[in-house]
Parts: sequence; structure tokens; C-alpha cells
Amino acid sequence: MSTTTTQPGGGTPAGNAPASPGKTGATELVSWKAGIGLSLLAILGTVLFGFMSNSKSAGFGIAEAANEAASSVAALVTFVLALLLSVGLGYLWFVRRRSGLASGSGTVPGWLPASTVAAVVVLGLAALGVAKVSKITLPSAAIGWIAAVILLGLAGYTVYLTQAKKSAPRWVGGTFAAVFLIGFMVWIVAGGNGDEPSISLAGLIAGSVTLAVPLVFGSLSGVLCERVGVVNIAIEGQLLLGAFSAAVVATVTHNVYAGLVAAAVAGTLVSLVLAVVSIKYLVNQIIVGVVLNVLISGLTSFLFSTLLTADPDGLNKPGRLPPVDIPFLSDIPIIGPILFHQSLVGYLMYIAVIVVYLGLFHTKWGLRVRAVGEHPQAADTVGINVNRTRFWNVLMGGAIAGIGGSFFTLVSVDAFSKDMSGGRGYIALAALIFGRWNPIGAFLAALLFGFADNLQSVITIIGSPVPSQFMAMLPYALTVFAVAGLVGRSRPPAASGIPYVKG
Amino acid sequence: MKLELKGITKRFGSLVANDHIDLVVEPGQVHCLLGENGAGKSTLMNVLYGLYDPSDGEILVDGKPVVFKGPGDAMAAGIGMVHQHFMLIPVFTVAENVALGNEATKAAGFLNLDETRRRISEISKQYGFHVDPDALVEDLPVGVQQRVEIIKALVRDAEVLILDEPTAVLTPQETDELLDIIRQLKAAGKSIVFISHKLREVKEISDIITVIRRGKVVGSADPSASPTELASAMVGRAVSLTLEKKPAQPGEATFKVRNLTVVDHNGQHVVDGLSFDIAKGEVLAIAGVQGNGQTELTEAILGVQQHVTGSIVLDDVELLGKSVKQVLSAGVGFVPEDRKIDGLVGTFSISENMILDLYDKPPFAQGIGMKPALIASHAEKKVEEFDVRTPSIDVAVGTLSGGNQQKVVLARELSRPLRLFIASQPTRGLDVGSIEFVHKRVIAERDNGTPVMIVSTELDEVLELADRIAVLYRGKLVGIVPAGTSRDVLGLMMAGVPEHEAELTAHKTLEGGTHV
Repeated sequence: MSTTTTQPGGGTPAGNAPASPGKTGATELVSWKAGIGLSLLAILGTVLFGFMSNSKSAGFGIAEAANEAASSVAALVTFVLALLLSVGLGYLWFVRRRSGLASGSGTVPGWLPASTVAAVVVLGLAALGVAKVSKITLPSAAIGWIAAVILLGLAGYTVYLTQAKKSAPRWVGGTFAAVFLIGFMVWIVAGGNGDEPSISLAGLIAGSVTLAVPLVFGSLSGVLCERVGVVNIAIEGQLLLGAFSAAVVATVTHNVYAGLVAAAVAGTLVSLVLAVVSIKYLVNQIIVGVVLNVLISGLTSFLFSTLLTADPDGLNKPGRLPPVDIPFLSDIPIIGPILFHQSLVGYLMYIAVIVVYLGLFHTKWGLRVRAVGEHPQAADTVGINVNRTRFWNVLMGGAIAGIGGSFFTLVSVDAFSKDMSGGRGYIALAALIFGRWNPIGAFLAALLFGFADNLQSVITIIGSPVPSQFMAMLPYALTVFAVAGLVGRSRPPAASGIPYVKG
Repeated sequence: MKLELKGITKRFGSLVANDHIDLVVEPGQVHCLLGENGAGKSTLMNVLYGLYDPSDGEILVDGKPVVFKGPGDAMAAGIGMVHQHFMLIPVFTVAENVALGNEATKAAGFLNLDETRRRISEISKQYGFHVDPDALVEDLPVGVQQRVEIIKALVRDAEVLILDEPTAVLTPQETDELLDIIRQLKAAGKSIVFISHKLREVKEISDIITVIRRGKVVGSADPSASPTELASAMVGRAVSLTLEKKPAQPGEATFKVRNLTVVDHNGQHVVDGLSFDIAKGEVLAIAGVQGNGQTELTEAILGVQQHVTGSIVLDDVELLGKSVKQVLSAGVGFVPEDRKIDGLVGTFSISENMILDLYDKPPFAQGIGMKPALIASHAEKKVEEFDVRTPSIDVAVGTLSGGNQQKVVLARELSRPLRLFIASQPTRGLDVGSIEFVHKRVIAERDNGTPVMIVSTELDEVLELADRIAVLYRGKLVGIVPAGTSRDVLGLMMAGVPEHEAELTAHKTLEGGTHV
């Protein structure tokens, strides 16, 4: 049966009903936000990196390997593997893109460009290792001006596209960020003290990963909770109580691993309160979270100043989780020390990111979790127990945040001090939003915030043209920009923050 | 599978939603539940589907008593349900939605969506659904979403399929397609429980009709019964299904819309170049399936939409660009489509709701003070005039029934001298009695010489009230046709077929008895 002569667009009976008003008369409402933002940043970049550059050059040290022979073998193997991977992924990308263009539908999956770029970066780093380059020196004025020109060009291109009512392709933003970062790094390092100021690039990045560890755990906790429809503001409290419990239990039992377990338990306890009060008794989740944070801050401060300071040796001397080298992998120059010279908590972080990602998007459990967070009533009508699912997820999130908290007392510093989580639970929430409620995205966002945090301390050490107070603002300013820039574009789970009442 | 309900009773506090309901659904039968909104049809089905525990009574499947603790149990017993508001997750694909709760898995709980895709195409082929398993549900038209719901039930081997008001969101053509699907399912031996208050469909599809009123079964009817008989059984008193009205006497066209375009935040033209006039003393009905720009059109006139271009002129005054307050004081009365969200403040009293748009003007205000005595007497007067059934004017408006809430909105909007009256979905969710009342008031306002614009997705209402009918499709005006236009032509126009083609097609279908 067909109504051939009459259907506009030749629609079959199945396809003629409009769900949403038509795509026929679409006007792109292109926001000027990107164009204006990039232009301002480009002008800022031109002033700083170009006009305010000096005649010095900036040095970026690449760490010397401890084991020369192993290192060069590892570098070579990595180089070959990365080369194969880059070529393979690049070819795949090209083929998919071509077939996508031919068939008129985009068939390039999002991970493909991203992993190709990652493979090329690894390839470059491995090449440095093979060539045994130990330091890169860049003239600041020249690099600064080149960066400024590229930035202005990209900003101009974006404005031009906006004018023509098109939105800029994704690579523009990515390239802009990368060039800005390079320009900024060269400018700020060249502005340091001494004739040829330099920093250790490997150290900078390795430090960033380390500082990102609690953020990653915190944002994973947030992902688990928000994906199931519960807003977890209590991440800060979970980190803090995790840190406290890890310190005390590890000291008392003389076993750092017991401390790690205690941290997970402590985080779960905080979650238990959140879950019971907000899921069972339907109290506003945000309020419960904030109250829990204040409560835990007060509680740990009180116990710290009464018990822990009175007997630091007996209660607040947990010892540290030793870093563990992964054989061979840790010998790869630059990449090895950054990724494969971690404490147990660091490795748990990688595992957690992968497990949460696979779990959420590729298993039966994850499908149900996401359904509960998007449309709990729909989940209920197919026989899923909404509140039980929420309850368990919130507890799991608490355990993960608690482990993240142990990083403060078992890895970073080997003693607890007042409010030592320092607002990182909130930054983790920002990372979660910036990462669009996706574990991988949250991980990358947390790395970015960790980088800003570490850059700030490194720059303060070598001295810089920018007052250190401004540098200390960097991680937070970046958070504000990152989250504000994404408002409207990212979509949280639809039922996040809304309690579910049957019927 | 034979399904029996015996003495099902469901109480919510003191309210008895279902009162000893008995029902037998035989295999291969289409059993219609007919009743007004709030008669207890959906409650009964939610009991049957395990969403509510019955306060009393039992459910028998093939003669054996069963207890459903949740929808999972009901599904396991072979009962599937398509809810009035679809239970689909918009950001999931069709396959993910179908798999949910009934997932095919590989080792370690990893999803096996290929298996689900295979099942979907199997069922699609069997019943002639055209559903892409990898499409995102939010991108699908409503009719296709409904098919996904049916697939969800069929994948779980449902033998009894409950369809709760399935045609409320469909075009007349989609409704016909759904009825075809139901016939196929019936031929395949499935039982269908079809819940509706639309007499035409019920008569067309059912094998047996059970009428429910105020939570009780008041009798069963044969599909051959006349619509008036069915309506009277449903309402419990004799009703006249046609509104008595005098022919319109249109005067001068005082409301003119020219080239009105509304762009939403995604850049879609949700209202696309509309031009029309409404004369004094005339009702222009805007017909169309929900979501074709009607909401945006009325809101653009009121001034609450962004990105509006074109021109809206009332009595030679341009309204576009004016604030909502200025538009209202230009004499526009506005009944929004969702009274609970946009029409009333639920926790405010009736008397407060009656002056929501007049609170700051004399006689109700004096300086910064208000005059409670005057507000109360105004409310008393309006409550009587509009027959609002309430214990007192101080009751929170949210506690009233839908019909009475709508009367409060009407009372407020019609208590000012109007130059234009706009009502969106004025009778959505109302009982037959209230519908009659609302329709009479609308016609009375027309006869006062006010230009009236009615937006309705119910074709019956459009045909009843309109002096002229404008059909919207994807934000565009398909055409403006006179009041007597046939249902078939309007149905085709609502699917975007231009007027003359629609007339040709409808004509051919009648003559030839087959589709072209």
C-alpha cells in the first residue's frame, strides 16, 4: 500500500508522521560564542607570546633514563609499534571517511580520530627516545610570533564561518588549544629566571598525572552516581573521609593496604548516608551532599586537632604505598615514567576508568544503569528495580571516591592534615561535566585540571613573568572556562537529581 | 491465553479508583475498554501490568490465579503493555530500548545487541514494521516509536497486549495503520486490550466493548451500538454529541498574521512563514498533529518565544516585539495548552488564580496593597458564573479536577474585555460534561464579536468549533479550508498533503475502495 502521488518527499506510510517539525527549513543558529572567545584568546596570545616575548629561549628537558640499554630497546619497540598503529589507524580513518562521504552519512566513529592523534603523539615521543634527545630548546620570540599568527588565523577563520552561518569544524578548536598551549609554555618558560630557563617536560607531565589521580577517582564516582540519576555533591566529603580513614587505619595496623581498604569503606559509608536519605527519604540530593561535606570537614578537623595531633606517631603516620614499575613498559622513555611508574592507587585508577567505561556502555548492567538515570519509569516498566539500582551505584561510587581519597595520605603526603582534599571533590564534579558524563571524558578532563595544577607549581619554582597568585588561579579559572564553554552543548542524564517515586 | 480479572479493587486512600471490576479477555479477541478520562481504565491496566498492587481481587491466567509483584512478573506471564506516554529512553537506540530488561548477553554480562537486532528485524518482517534497530528513538516519528513499544512487547512473547490510549498522539492515517497492525496481531492469535475514549476507533476495531464509569464496569456493548448510545453509557446520562450553534457572522478581520517564522534553539523553523487573518465573530481552528508548530505559534503571539520574525497585528497595532504584559493589555485572552504548568499556580487559591493577570491593576490593587475583599467577591462571582465545583474559593487550585481547573482558567481569561481569544487544547483531559461547557463558552465569546483562535489536535473538536480550519504541518500552513471539510481530507492535510491533492486522493479512495 502506498500513496505514491501524494506524500511529500515520497515518504512511506511508516515515515510520514512528524515527530518534530521538519528539517526542511533549517537555519543554522550559529552562536558567536566560539568566534568571539577564540578572537579574544588569539589577541591575548598575540600580546603575550608575540609582543611580550623576550630574546631568551625556552628549554624543555626530557628525562634521562636510568637504564640506558633497556631504555633504548623499549624506545625502539614502542617506536615501531606506534608507527604501525598510527599508519593503521590513519588508513582506517581515511577509508571510513571516504566511504562516509560516498554514502552521504558519517561513518567515522568518534574514537578513531582521537586514537589516531594519540598514536601519532606516542610515535613522536618514542622518536625522541630513539634519537636520544635529552632537551629541546626553542627560541621564544620566533615560536611566539608563529603561534600568534596561527591563532589569529584560526580565530579569523572561525569568525568567517560564523558570518557565513556555518559552525567551525572540530579540528579548529583542537588545533587552537594545542597551539595556544605550546605558545603559552614557551613564553612562560622563557620568562623564567636565568639565561636559558628550562623545565623538565617529563616531570611536568608525570606530576600532572599524579595530581589528577584523586580527581579521576572523584569524577568516576560522580559518573557512576549521575548516570543512575543521583547527584553526588558529597565527592569532596568522600575524598576527605577516605584520606582520614586511610591514614588512621594504616598507622594503627601498620599496613598501608589495610588503609586502602579502610578508605574505600569510609567512602561507602558517606554514600550510604547519601543513598538512604536521598533515595529512601527523598531529601534533596544537593542539600544532603553539601551537608555531608560540611559535616565530614568538621568531623575530621575535630578528630585531627584532638586525637591526631596529640599522638601523631600512633595515629597519623601511615607510611606510603611504594611506586611499582611495570617491567619493560616503564623503560620506555618519557611515556614509561609518566604512565608506568605509579603507586597501586595509580594503577587502580587506570583499571577503574576502563572497567567503568566498559561496564557502562557494553554490559547489561550498564544499559540498565543508564536507563534508570535517563527514564526511571521506563526502566521500572521493564522490571528493573530503580531504587535498588540507584542504591548500589551510589555505594559503588562512594567506594571509588574513598580510594581516591587514600591518595592524599598514602601516596602524596604520608600524614593527614585538616581539609587536605582542598576542594578537589568539586573540581572532580567539573571534570565530570567537562567530560560529558563519560568515564573516558572525565579522565581526560581530570588530567587537564591536574596539568593546570602542576604547571602552576612548576612555574612558581622557575619564576615567571606572571605573579604566582595568578598562576594559582589557573586550575580554577580553567575549570570555569571549560564548564561555561560547554553549557548547553552537554546533556546530563535526564533524571539526574530527581528522586523516583513509583506510580 | 485467556486472561480474567475478578473483583479487582484499587483504592488510593479514600478514593476508589477501581471498584470490583470483572473482565475476561479471550484469545484472539480485541477487547475495548471505553471510559472517560479518570474513569479508572489506566489504573486497572496498571494493576494488571503489576505496577500497582490491587487492594482486592485476583487475576487469572488460563484459569490459574497469579500474583504480579512487578511488571517483570506480568511480562513473564505473557502480558505486554504500550503506555500512553511511551516508556522509551530517547537517547537509546531502538535495539537498546528493546533489549532493556531482557538483554541477550555474551560472556561476563557483555551485551549481545546483534541478537536483539536479529529479533527486531524478524518481528519487523512478520508484521511489516519498518524499524531501523540502530536509529535513536528520539529521532523517530511518534508512530514509529509506538511500533518500537509493540516490538518490545512481542520480543518478550506477549500473548496479551494492552494499548493505553494508543491513538492520542497519532494522525488519522497513522491511526488507520495502527488498526491494521492490531488486526494482524489478532490474526496471529494475540489478544488485545484497547483502551480509548474515542468512539469511532472503538467501534471500528473491537470485538467486545466494556464500558467503565467512575471505577465500575457499567456494562458491555456491542461494536454495532450507535455512538450516542456508547457516549451515554460512558457519561451516565444522555448526551448530545453535537454542539448547537448559530452560523458565524464574521465581521472585519482585525487579527492579521503575516509571514510569521519561529526558529528554535536548534535552528529548526518550527513555525515557517505563516500568514492568516481572523475576523471578528469567527473561530479559526488550527488543526494538526501535536508538535507541528502549534505551541510555538500561540506562544509567539503571546510573546514568550525567542527568534520570531514576521508580523502579528491586532487592531492595527503590531504585537511582535511587545512584552507579554503589553500583549495581554492589548486585549488578548490566552488559554495555554497545559493548564497545570502555564495556566495556574497549583498551590495558590482559586481567588488568587482568578486575578493572576489583574493583580496589579485597579480595582484589585491600590498602590502596593491588594484588596482581598474585592478579590474574594470577584472570585465568588466567577465561580458561580463558570460553574466551578469547589467547596470554597480558598481551596488550592491544584486540588480541583481537570475540568474545574480549566473552568478557572477560562473564567480568568474571559473576565476582561477581549480583542482576541486564543485557546490551546481547551478540552484536553476533560470529561464530556466539561467539554460541552467549554465549547459553549468559546462559541459565546465568538458571538460577542471576538476573533477566536482554537488550537486542537482532536479532529472532532476542530470540526465542532471551527468556522474555518487552518492545517499546520511541520510549521507550515498546508491550507485553510471551510468548516465542512471531510475528515479524510483533513487527515491527509495533517500529514502534509496539499488541499487539492488531499481532496483528489480522498475522493479516489472512496470511489475505488483501494489506495492508489
